[in-house]
Amino acid sequence: MATREVISTGNELAAMAAVDAGCMFFGGYPLTPSSEVMHVISDLLPKKGGVAIQMEDEIAGVCAVIGAAMSGQRALTATSGPGISLKAENLGLAQMAEVPIVVVNVMRGGPSTGLPTRVSQGDIAQAKNPSHGDYKSITLCAGSLEECYTETVRAFNLADRFMQPVFVLLDETLGHMHGKAMLPTKEEVEAGIVPRKTFDGPADEYFPYECEADQPAVLNPMFKGYRYHFTGLHHDKNGFPTEEIETCRKLIQRLEDKVELHKDELESYEEFMMDDAEIMIVAYGSVSLAAKEAIRHLRNEGIKAGLFRPITIWPSPAEKMKEYADKIEKVLVVELNIGQYRDEVQRATSRLDIEGLFKVNGRPLSPYEIVNKVKEL
Amino acid sequence: MAFNYDKYLRLEKMPTLWCWGCGDGVILKAFIRAIDKMGVSQDDVCVVSGIGCSGRFSSYVDFNTIHTTHGRTVAYATGVKLANPDKLVICVAGDGDALAIGGNHTIHGCRRNIDMTMIVINNFIYGLTNSQTSPTTPRGMWTVSQKAGNIDPTFDSCELAIAAGASFVARDSVIDPKKLEKTLLKAMEHKGFSYVEVLSNCHINLGRKNKMLSAIENLDWIDSISIAKKKYDTLSEEEQMNLLPLGILKQDSEAEEYCEMYAEIQKVHQGERKKITQDDFAKKI
Repeated sequence: MATREVISTGNELAAMAAVDAGCMFFGGYPLTPSSEVMHVISDLLPKKGGVAIQMEDEIAGVCAVIGAAMSGQRALTATSGPGISLKAENLGLAQMAEVPIVVVNVMRGGPSTGLPTRVSQGDIAQAKNPSHGDYKSITLCAGSLEECYTETVRAFNLADRFMQPVFVLLDETLGHMHGKAMLPTKEEVEAGIVPRKTFDGPADEYFPYECEADQPAVLNPMFKGYRYHFTGLHHDKNGFPTEEIETCRKLIQRLEDKVELHKDELESYEEFMMDDAEIMIVAYGSVSLAAKEAIRHLRNEGIKAGLFRPITIWPSPAEKMKEYADKIEKVLVVELNIGQYRDEVQRATSRLDIEGLFKVNGRPLSPYEIVNKVKEL
Repeated sequence: MAFNYDKYLRLEKMPTLWCWGCGDGVILKAFIRAIDKMGVSQDDVCVVSGIGCSGRFSSYVDFNTIHTTHGRTVAYATGVKLANPDKLVICVAGDGDALAIGGNHTIHGCRRNIDMTMIVINNFIYGLTNSQTSPTTPRGMWTVSQKAGNIDPTFDSCELAIAAGASFVARDSVIDPKKLEKTLLKAMEHKGFSYVEVLSNCHINLGRKNKMLSAIENLDWIDSISIAKKKYDTLSEEEQMNLLPLGILKQDSEAEEYCEMYAEIQKVHQGERKKITQDDFAKKI
């Protein structure tokens, strides 16, 4: 793989990635610490004939993005936790109507207005279920500057594959981190674009929501001769509202199964010094950088620690975490919240003795805090 | 020969869920006749509706259609239109939809003056959810959420649209479907944000408890509170107080349209023109 060296920030890299991945529409609203995504993309998109619009509020931002995506374009919004809270209802519509969009969430301290300029990983649980009802979230979590770029690219391809919103979680540390990133070339990214499936037969044989029980809807772009209906209501094969019992059941089951039965296409994680590890640290996002540093210190002192870093955090790499937890006694989840992902590790591993190192004061975790915690285990 | 609506209707969705005698059907038909006069391909039209009785409008017409969340029609439509500036985009919303939960989007759609038509069906009540107070429910009327009588002030949404910057603003009612058709045609032909309030009846959920038991009685009341703009303008302030003017209330063909302005932004970034400055605008503030 050819690479190019770019010196930039996480937020800027996410914006660049979106544009390189074929995004043509951005809708958003200023929200610290994510605003730079909008600042950058509002220059990049019009240059290539696309549109970036600052809407009147967070809700309108995601609505415009969903509208553009319904019409057939790749589309992005970026925000932080309070913005996700506001967008939640319409994210639900995108899940229900199966509209592929990418949502970058640069996490800050919460709840509520919280700590606007400081780091947190408090939106892990929110990313799993931002809106009411049953559906399966797809959430990717960048752990480096490179991944702010590569995971945003992957998010666009996954959105079109699974026909639903895909979250990319950054955090304030990564979003504002400035440094060198080795990226794939634009040509490589473009060559890797897999657009959404479309139907090209006769219009009267087109049923956008009539698909296999584990497959997403096939939504043709608007204005091309295939007229159908989008709704947030339960709907039939043409997208029209229905309350027919079996149709309703099958629809919601399919929203679950299209992701659940294809988790292998989504799974992504990093194993760092796990081969001989006697202590497993589970960390993701910017915290994983501190965890790696901590592991190097611990190894120097003869303590065999390793890192398991989920990159696709929803659905979680549950089987892999269980495999490790079955043979490693000491498992420590390190995160900038009070155990939101530890809950998932406990569920995945069927173990309630998973240790946690949590921090919720808006400050990053230092490697030494992790080293000290591991020594206490 | 009578007009044939079949081409534009999703006949398999008939009958509509609207009550017998509802004004929504009158608006649907006037809208279809107006679209037909425009001579556009059905493939080139997108109809976006919200939640409420009016929300079902989009599922009955054979265009590219979106039934959005409550209040968000203009926000969704803005994405559709900016991504496809050459297509005809129409929003259909109710009074609760457009003026309560979606008020912010209505204001800013008007302000941007993006080229789309917003039809606000004002039946003065939340109909689908059984008679709650809307921002246009007259004071003193019974609603299920204010059984002692509604005390909430109303407001003139066309005045709001004008103040917010919509370049075409009109009000009509379902009493005169021919005139409504003409107004809708003018609205859709206008380049810019066209706001059309249509006064409509809900004798079931407004009228039932407010001494308007039939569609006719409800329409008689609408007739009694509305008057042609020409006549309205001749009245004293006191006489105007309880009347709503009908007709085209504003039409400004000079106002800059948002998609066209955005094309200039694209040109700046593509090096085809200098940056946009205050000198590019007649109205700067």
